[in-house]
Amino acid sequence: ELFGAVQISPLSSGYSLGSSNWIIQSHHEKVSYVSGSSLLTTHPQPMDQSSLKNSDVLILTGLTQMPTANPDGMLGEFCSNLAMTIRAGGNVLVPCYSSGVIYDLLECLYQFIESASLGTTPFYFISPVANSSLEFSQIFAEWLCHNKQTKVYLPEPPFPHAELIQTNKLKHYPSIHGDFSSEFRQPCVVFTGHPSLRFGDVVHFMELWGKSNLNTVIFTEPDFSYLDALAPYQPLAMKCVYCPIDTRLNFHQVSKLLKEVQPLNVVCPEQYTQPPVTQSHRSDLMLELQPPPMPYRRCSVLSLPFRRRYERVYILPELANSLVPSEVKAGVSVATVSAVLHSKDNKHTLQSVPKPPPVAPSKKRKRVIEEPPVTLSPKPLLSGAVPLEAFLATLQKQGITEVKVEETAEGHILHLQAEDTLIQLEEDGTHIVCDNNEPLRTTLRDLVLRFLQKL
Amino acid sequence: MPEIKVTPLGAGQDVGRSCILVSIGGKNIMLDCGMHMGYNDDRRFPDFSYITQNGRLTDFLDCVIISHFHLDHCGALPYMSEMVGYDGPIYMTHPTKAICPILLEDFRKITVDKKGETNFFTSQMIKDCMKKVIPLNLHQTVQVDDELEIKAYYAGHVLGAAMVHIKVGSESVVYTGDYNMTPDRHLGAAWIDKCRPDLLISESTYATTIRDSKRCRERDFLKKVHESIERGGKVLIPVFALGRAQELCILLETFWERMNLKAPIYFSTGLTEKANHYYKLFITWTNQKIRKTFVQRNMFEFKHIKAFDRSYADNPGPMVVFATPGMLHAGQSLQIFKKWAGNEKNMVIMPGYCVQGTIGHKILNGQRKLEMEGRSTLDVKLQVEYMSFSAHADAKGIMQLIRMAEPRNMLLVHGEAIKMEFLKGKIEQEFSIDCYMPANGETVTVTTNPSVPVDMSLNLLKREMALGG
Repeated sequence: ELFGAVQISPLSSGYSLGSSNWIIQSHHEKVSYVSGSSLLTTHPQPMDQSSLKNSDVLILTGLTQMPTANPDGMLGEFCSNLAMTIRAGGNVLVPCYSSGVIYDLLECLYQFIESASLGTTPFYFISPVANSSLEFSQIFAEWLCHNKQTKVYLPEPPFPHAELIQTNKLKHYPSIHGDFSSEFRQPCVVFTGHPSLRFGDVVHFMELWGKSNLNTVIFTEPDFSYLDALAPYQPLAMKCVYCPIDTRLNFHQVSKLLKEVQPLNVVCPEQYTQPPVTQSHRSDLMLELQPPPMPYRRCSVLSLPFRRRYERVYILPELANSLVPSEVKAGVSVATVSAVLHSKDNKHTLQSVPKPPPVAPSKKRKRVIEEPPVTLSPKPLLSGAVPLEAFLATLQKQGITEVKVEETAEGHILHLQAEDTLIQLEEDGTHIVCDNNEPLRTTLRDLVLRFLQKL
Repeated sequence: MPEIKVTPLGAGQDVGRSCILVSIGGKNIMLDCGMHMGYNDDRRFPDFSYITQNGRLTDFLDCVIISHFHLDHCGALPYMSEMVGYDGPIYMTHPTKAICPILLEDFRKITVDKKGETNFFTSQMIKDCMKKVIPLNLHQTVQVDDELEIKAYYAGHVLGAAMVHIKVGSESVVYTGDYNMTPDRHLGAAWIDKCRPDLLISESTYATTIRDSKRCRERDFLKKVHESIERGGKVLIPVFALGRAQELCILLETFWERMNLKAPIYFSTGLTEKANHYYKLFITWTNQKIRKTFVQRNMFEFKHIKAFDRSYADNPGPMVVFATPGMLHAGQSLQIFKKWAGNEKNMVIMPGYCVQGTIGHKILNGQRKLEMEGRSTLDVKLQVEYMSFSAHADAKGIMQLIRMAEPRNMLLVHGEAIKMEFLKGKIEQEFSIDCYMPANGETVTVTTNPSVPVDMSLNLLKREMALGG
């Protein structure tokens, strides 16, 4: 809970370990923030879609940067290129981040190694956080998909890279200096950073292996254009394979999701409302929704389209006990409430009006007569309708016979000729106009009151 | 006036077969479903006929929540779900879900195979029962249905132990299970936010004691062990495989390292390997120190502690053995005890609470001649020591929890009646709230006085707030 005003809850987004979409809600309004989500079955918990329903506003971002690339296909290309290179005696360099997709790559390779007879090829993972990354991935079973959770109950580590490490197929090092340089064997596969090829140990390997066309560098991260990344290394003999793996939602999946979830309004970056610049003819690579989404661009401020009308307030038990609702219409009961509003930490409560303290008899002689504070009891509310015929009959009983009835747009005006008085009967009010005749006015008022309910 | 009804079927003024029924807002919840370790007949299970005379319990219960894997909290679960019959959801934390079936299977093996009992649950029943389990994460609110929501809090005590916050509408109950307010060598301390439940149901195992400093207790324990070893005696420490055992192992390991001792320490096989794995995979449930260092070294890989073989019990010379089960009521620890009981150089140290009826309880109360099966008597000549290492909150800890959560009413379970009486008085005096301590089968009704939630027009609200200034 944030400052008592809104509740925020994370939902599994299915993209990476612990990745979340967020719901911000009050008692009556709900905003969902959807970013970086995936519907594919990889290692994290599957995406929670049903909790996104009934949103007033859904903010959408973080869709796949590779809408035309199929992640499964990419994975297949990755494996086959890797196998081809190794069999030909070359090395494979995979520039990647130290966590995330690498777990899936290692899992995929774990199964692939046997079938591709790569059993003797060493796999190296070089990063200052390599050890921690691999260890940490094993202890967060609660955030993993069901299959991995059941493994933990056996108990067995949820990710197979534990076995790869145990059988010495996968070795991790904090950097290329130290142990790695003495234990390093070729041909091998190296996972290291940074995917931009501008810094990190990957630079060293690019320089080392770039001159031989036996080696291959395989790009799996979608964040960087591989041609730009390679530019400073040209001319390059090394082979380059581009199979970006981006598991995030594509436009087709998003449209389906939005149809399921049906938010009242969608907000998304401007880019999604048109096809991508490089493929401007592809009209399927954009968001088409009814009503159209509200676009935003960097640094723009949007007013979200909902008006808040109600807020949650709590009536304390003693006050609640004292209320007596009366039914004014079938199924509708009304009660009047006089209370003191307490607002603290964005929590509002209605409490009983405190009784004024009794005036203590003063022993001192008073110079000025103090009047005890007068608390007026509130006037009761009136409800109901004054039926014309019955009212006229009552007037007659009172001796008022000469009544001229005039119909108006809002109701009726009764002219009481003899008394020179006007009674205006309208839907939401009654006005009694008479000059200087207070007793008559009060009598008439009482007659009207007879037909109404007091709350 | 809305009310919350609580009926303990077990652990009411008693320790063992914890099973507490709560009715709140029209929902019925069973908290824990344990086995009483002191009885060998039907009394070891809670009496489910209270809920319904015949037939399955599914229609009468909205959910079952298990706090942790100790058998006195989950031992009767397969019996209840498969033999009496219950198909609804069962909630427990991930480590509990992982470890429960192992302890249940172990227990089943001892009872059926070794003791030859017949009316007991089978291995398949344990598996079927665990299929109905939905795991809970810490501090995550889970909607059981439209009105009932539950949330687990960290309780310390053992790996995966949780306190549960149950909310229906504006009424709420917190059940602590077993918990510990002081962190120990491998687990953290219980924590809950100021959730102000209408009712807090707390264990009261050590309701009248204020335990002295942990360091003193540890020092005493190590001194006794050391003295025995120096004399050439053997030390037996009966433990349950998961729980206090890890704590004591860490303690002895560091002591052996520091003092450069050579006598062997053994741990009975079977559950050790697995226990180690579980602790590694669920390291997020251990305390901060272990979590910080787990990447570099695993606190649960011991250099001085080795696996035990039955034949070692006859080896001459000093040794320390951790054997299961913890109350000396069956199994390997009992066998070793029988072998070593006759020698006064030897020592047995009970590291925790022993339920009435078990041999552990008897020797702690001074009994020196025990009747064994087959009418033979055993002379107990070895030294009997009691070191309370079990991770339960003491009186100070219970008061601390009450201060943390600020409940409107209290209910005590899992303790002895006289001690609970004393604690009840203290609570009523200090916090001016009602405190209950029902016996098994007794129903306590707590009237709650909830506020009524209404919707108010925002304009009206803002106007009034502006007026107030």
